[in-house]
Amino acid sequence: MVERRLIQGDEACAQGAIAAGCRFFGGYPISPSSEIAEYMARELPRHGGVFIQMEDELASLGSVLGASLAGSKAMTATSGPGFTLMQEHLGYATLAEIPCVVADVMRLGPSTGLPTSPSQGDVMQAKWGSHGDRSAVALAPGTVKEIYDLTIRAFDVAERLRTPVTLLFDETMGHMREGVTLSQPDPSSLWHRPVPQHAPGHLLEAFVPNDEHVAQVPDFGRGYRFHVTGLMHDERGYPTGDGAVAAALLERLERKLAPVEDWFPPEEYRLDDADVVIVAYGIMGRVVKQVVDQLRAKGTRAGMYRPTVLWPFPARQVKKATEQAQVVVVAEMNAGQWAIPVEVAMEGRIPTVKINSLRIGVDEICEQVATAAFLHAGVA
Amino acid sequence: MSTQKELLRDEMMPHMLCPGCGHGIVMGALLRVLAKRFENLDNVVLVAGIGCSSRIVGYIDGCTVHTTHGRALTFATGIKLARPELTVIVVTGDGDGLSIGGNHLLHAARRNVGLTCILFNNETYGMTGGQLAPTTVLNAYSSTSPYGNTEPAFDAAELAIAAGATFVARGQAFRTDALEDLLDQALDNDGFSFLDVMTDCTEYFVRKNALGHGSDMLFSQGLVDQDIQADLAASPSIRPADGWPIRDLLKTGVLHQAPRLPERPAGALARRAAR
Repeated sequence: MVERRLIQGDEACAQGAIAAGCRFFGGYPISPSSEIAEYMARELPRHGGVFIQMEDELASLGSVLGASLAGSKAMTATSGPGFTLMQEHLGYATLAEIPCVVADVMRLGPSTGLPTSPSQGDVMQAKWGSHGDRSAVALAPGTVKEIYDLTIRAFDVAERLRTPVTLLFDETMGHMREGVTLSQPDPSSLWHRPVPQHAPGHLLEAFVPNDEHVAQVPDFGRGYRFHVTGLMHDERGYPTGDGAVAAALLERLERKLAPVEDWFPPEEYRLDDADVVIVAYGIMGRVVKQVVDQLRAKGTRAGMYRPTVLWPFPARQVKKATEQAQVVVVAEMNAGQWAIPVEVAMEGRIPTVKINSLRIGVDEICEQVATAAFLHAGVA
Repeated sequence: MSTQKELLRDEMMPHMLCPGCGHGIVMGALLRVLAKRFENLDNVVLVAGIGCSSRIVGYIDGCTVHTTHGRALTFATGIKLARPELTVIVVTGDGDGLSIGGNHLLHAARRNVGLTCILFNNETYGMTGGQLAPTTVLNAYSSTSPYGNTEPAFDAAELAIAAGATFVARGQAFRTDALEDLLDQALDNDGFSFLDVMTDCTEYFVRKNALGHGSDMLFSQGLVDQDIQADLAASPSIRPADGWPIRDLLKTGVLHQAPRLPERPAGALARRAAR
């Protein structure tokens, strides 16, 4: 089924989820993500799926994790305040290796903030919002079409690696309509979670990892009897107080995410000969392309690197994109959240400048980039 | 049919419950009911929150999940809606189910999803060291009410009835025969069943309040039930006549049964959506 249609970003997310095989949605209304829940409420029952509106965001993600344990591909959608409430269950899903997808349509915070105003303020929360050293995956689509595609890919990563995956896009993209052609994925190309190789029954090894370091946990009600816990656990899935076992578990959860950045190639724009590299993601990718063109017209060799995966931090991509750079500028709609790991990745070799582009347009960004280029790299 | 022993995970022993704790007695009753009803627990999911009571699901050889503090009912709701054919039992405590998870209890009862929720009510937070719970009786001492509790306690069963649970009962570790019968009836109900079960924390609640031993507390449960009280003339008096009551006077047995709903909305929805 391939047809060109005018659809909204939130709707593209919901359509992508259904195309990926999502059959459970537990949600709670919050602007600017509610359209995802509304679409799922209408469409999931037509696809043999279940929609439920839960009593709050803690419950939303709790129900999603329950459905996933029972074998459903499951997701929820929310925005900043709700995403904050979901942090404990994101930590739980990470440690207990329960696949799920959370769409966070970002609005301006902190607190209730500006509920219908765009922002990219949840980037750090997506990585560090939960307590402990959580291994996180977060994807950042930049167009309505990409919201659809990356939602499908988010389910693939969640299933393949048995981990929660966060989709980060902002209010503008959630509510924006674009004419897009959405292609139905080939069902055989979709990933399904690894399950145990043992025969059913009393399962003594429910969390033995496969070659990709992913625990092979069965779904409930498939003949296996086993235990799932948010406590540190051994390969049986049983709680342990052994610090060495806990450390090995955390190390494995981090290691299994290592290939993720290679699965999500970035968009590079006029980067080949660029000595001013502008890093931008999500909606900012569209703005920064204009910035690059304007700067080029004035003779500055600018280029853009736009990652579609923010976590785990795509260190190899960033290193490659900035190889020729004299200065790196990170333009994001926050006070410099992703600029922090970018600056760390530069290891002091290349000056890194951040631009908070929340309330400024192309011209002002151009000015700030030009100033940074002149001050830090002597690039006119 | 299976046996109680067959349903236990040997490799998880020894368990972590304290001597004199009522939780093991309640768990024993649950195991006997499960053994009577099931050949194995392949299709029985036991969902727990956080706390002493919640740890018992790990000892039972079924599909068991030890979730986050207060949120067991939300996981259970997802499991049941995704796979309605599974039997889903929620094990929670009074702090877990009524304080941090209170809102989820109200909504699970209102939705009437087919879950059986067993609340182990020991009037305190045992796992964290005997703090004040929403079920602690007035004047009782706890590690966070060192001068006596000034807040009234919840009646968990009345709460569940008001919220719409279709089977509500109160049992006691003291009367396992009656408890088994109540568990059986709770599992028979297609909608949301709620069981408030009296069980005592000997290490903290009993010790803080100088109430004697585990057996004293167990017998004291009988004092709250008028019918049993008549047969307990020789029961130990663990509180002087002018002292504060160690627990509120509460009814036991089946407290509420509502007619079954014709159908869960999900099935009906699918047909409506198909039109």
